[in-house]
Amino acid sequence: MTEPLILGAIVAVAVGTAVLGARGVRVAKTPADFLVAARRVPPTLNASAICGEYLSAASFLGIAGLALQEGLGALWYAVGYAAGYLVLLAAVAAPLRRFGAYTIPDFAEGRLDSPLLRRAATVMVLVICGFYLLPQLQGAGLTVQEAVGGPAWIGVVVLGVVVVVGIASGGMKGITFVQAFQYWLKLVAIAVPALVLLMLVQHPALTPVNRAAPPIFHKVTKVEFPDAEVVRVQRPVTVDALGVVDGVRRNGPIVLAGGDYRIGAGTTLTFPRGTPAPSVASNAVLSYRQWELPLVRIGGHVAHRLASTYGVVLATFLGAIGLPHILVRFYTNRDGVAARKTTSVVLLLLACFYVFPAIFALLGRLEAPGLYTSGQTDSVVLALPRMAAAGTAGIVLSALTAAGAFAAFLSTSSGLLISMAGALSHDLLRRGVRSFRTSAVAAGVVVTLAALLVGGIAINVLVGWAFAIAASSFCPLLLLGIWWPGLTWKGALLGLVLGGGASSLGVVLTIAGVGKSGWPAVLLGEPAIWTVPLAFAAMVGGSLLTRRSLPRDVTRKLLALHLPERVRVPEVSG
Amino acid sequence: MREALWLSLIVAVLVIGSVAWFALRGGRHLGTPTQRATYEALHTASLAALALRAGLSHDSAARAVPHLRTLLGARGAALADLGGTLASDNVDEGHAALLDAPVHAAMSSGRPQTLAPEEHACGDSGCPLEGGVVVPIQVDGVVVGALASTGPASSAGQLRLAGEVAQFVSRHLELAELDRSRRRADQAELRFLRAQISPHFIYNALSAIESFVRTDPERARELLIGFADFTRYSFRSHGQFVTMAEELRLVDTYLDLERARFSDRLSITLRVAPEVLSVVLPSLVLQPLVENAVRHGIEPSERSGKLSIVIADADSEAVVSIEDDGVGADPTYLGRVLSGTSQGPGIGLHNVDERLRAVFGEDYGLTIETAVGAGTKVQMRIPKFHAGVHV
Repeated sequence: MTEPLILGAIVAVAVGTAVLGARGVRVAKTPADFLVAARRVPPTLNASAICGEYLSAASFLGIAGLALQEGLGALWYAVGYAAGYLVLLAAVAAPLRRFGAYTIPDFAEGRLDSPLLRRAATVMVLVICGFYLLPQLQGAGLTVQEAVGGPAWIGVVVLGVVVVVGIASGGMKGITFVQAFQYWLKLVAIAVPALVLLMLVQHPALTPVNRAAPPIFHKVTKVEFPDAEVVRVQRPVTVDALGVVDGVRRNGPIVLAGGDYRIGAGTTLTFPRGTPAPSVASNAVLSYRQWELPLVRIGGHVAHRLASTYGVVLATFLGAIGLPHILVRFYTNRDGVAARKTTSVVLLLLACFYVFPAIFALLGRLEAPGLYTSGQTDSVVLALPRMAAAGTAGIVLSALTAAGAFAAFLSTSSGLLISMAGALSHDLLRRGVRSFRTSAVAAGVVVTLAALLVGGIAINVLVGWAFAIAASSFCPLLLLGIWWPGLTWKGALLGLVLGGGASSLGVVLTIAGVGKSGWPAVLLGEPAIWTVPLAFAAMVGGSLLTRRSLPRDVTRKLLALHLPERVRVPEVSG
Repeated sequence: MREALWLSLIVAVLVIGSVAWFALRGGRHLGTPTQRATYEALHTASLAALALRAGLSHDSAARAVPHLRTLLGARGAALADLGGTLASDNVDEGHAALLDAPVHAAMSSGRPQTLAPEEHACGDSGCPLEGGVVVPIQVDGVVVGALASTGPASSAGQLRLAGEVAQFVSRHLELAELDRSRRRADQAELRFLRAQISPHFIYNALSAIESFVRTDPERARELLIGFADFTRYSFRSHGQFVTMAEELRLVDTYLDLERARFSDRLSITLRVAPEVLSVVLPSLVLQPLVENAVRHGIEPSERSGKLSIVIADADSEAVVSIEDDGVGADPTYLGRVLSGTSQGPGIGLHNVDERLRAVFGEDYGLTIETAVGAGTKVQMRIPKFHAGVHV
């Protein structure tokens, strides 16, 4: 599996990012260029930068993988990731920019005058960024596994070390230009392979299929089982086995007559052309009809799919507002109007991007049922080009997707880790450059260890959880803080603790294996459906009960949020 | 893996639980009874002091009175200013109205008043005015209000304690007054700085423009417009804060005039991260630093000089460095200028340093690296957000 080209592409992305970052700082301005230097970041560039930081492993690998595994319902994640910006555009972008807050804790303190609330918000920043960082590292592990063939933990540790060293040494800053470049790199890296593959795969696969049937291997397919698995074969089939089947070491053709077979870890089975993909016990193969159903089906839970779907919709629609590493980018805008323009461009750019994971999911369903069987669906974007296109073309396309994936981890993880280190050093430790570095190292190490511990949960599900926590904590804080004068710091704190705490608890319990089926699985696994209303209710109720703690200059603060810049008159001092 | 997760969950719950327990119990069991009593008294006093630092108003009085009552150990307490009762604790409105007469008596006479039960009490058992004292509060020798401590019965001990608490309130109101006058002084200083375009600069700028009038009238016209802009910005009565972009525009017009004067003797490098153009900072912070570098760094030097202005983005802060390769200065002299003990060249630095600290806190002063003949580098950090700082 080792491909020097793929490895080269990954290294090129890392080096290219570092070089761009270094050069971006060193663009010297001569006197005549002064006004050019002072020119603002135009909304389009800023929007590209936001997308560059936003499109993470979840978008690049996760959506296609989850859609392949769980059906088209997983595309709700893509819809939500983009639609979150609609809420941001309508309700948050411009007022927040006018207010001048750089981070969410800044907003909490500036709007409600409470250092305690600020500290609570800082803790939530750490929780959300931590949950968001996990899947990035996991995705890096997957890429290394797929591209180089090594064990997954190498990728996790390598990305962890690269990002921590990059940030602690001050070499990896969130420079607008670099992040903007990352977006276009990711778009090219997913769009070109998707379009090429779409042209290559114009064969029987795209003709109507038996919608009640599982997917079929269109050619001789080698399926690797990295973990021990039970395979359920419907019709007798002769496969080429290399490894352990039913406890017996095999090396050659065997007949699977039907029924369940225990496959040992590391075994390879080669299926002949035209056989249906067998089910595996850990993940039932879906028929096309089930697969097409636009409802979320997470981890094989088939009960209460509508509730799960609403959970995902609520979390992703409202979660984007509360992502700490995205919000800081809005500060770069000149004013509220520019912030709105930026957000609309972001919506457009995201919509463009999210077409392609859907294409990959569809092609993967038709072309790579083997991934499905071996439980490796998250790697579909990386593996599909080599499966569907032969020879050099496949390798080049694979290298391209690997480079894009690596860009996705790099940009998102550095943005997240900068936010975490900033929050830690600014609010919880002593300020200063040294404490920023210490914080970056500490946060990076903790999250890398956690990523090694958590492995094996779909990338997108993990990111969905980060969104659910953000939607149940910062979303109500921002929406109510901006639009409701009656919010008090005590109410906000209550909502932050209840909403953030309940959603985090649901997520941790799900990871720990509580609630495997029925309502507990839905309510703990998709907590947004009840924690978002809980957080809103707690903030409103708490504020109504503690009206005495209203900030004294509420009106001035709301004016700062809502009064357009052009009608502002400069304050006359003295 | 599952086991590890469960284990970490249990550990997390235990840690959070013990932190919460300690936060709620607050180490109430620590120390000897005397230590605990002193702690309680000082803690209550500091809570009251916090409220009083805002001056005497309805709001601050309402927050301070409950703590003052605890300190007094009285049944009820009230704070009044010259306009009447501001806030009371454990004294209902009907009884508070009864307090008006003794409060006025205390304030007009400047002497403590004792509440005679037969005059004020309503006769109910547990009436809050069954005795008590009213003591005046003085700031700088002038009566500004009164503190009432009521019930259960007036005693010499209560009078003594109330007198002392009134002293305590007075001290903190004096400090509040001091804060206010310091802010007024800061404002006055800023106005002074604005009005203070140096005659030196005006003369130099005008003679530079004059030298172009014949040879390059178009350039002279541009410079004159720049000069007009500069003076208008400097004299304009604007808010206390501006954005980095506005401040840079002022620096640009200023440098344009200086370039005309120095022609090729002055080379300027400017590097500004576009991310920090929206940063809000006190007005007239950047330009005085640049002017200082030109006037006291490059101008006295015989050679041609290099000036570099770099504004970099550093996460939640913008870092401004202004560097020149001019004559430099004696570090001990500059140290005296910064601490305000020496008046002379570079006094603009002192003013900028003071204002930065006043606005953003003690962490945010200027850092200056210099030596005689080695040029000067002035650095400052501006946080991207600071509560209360906006345009």
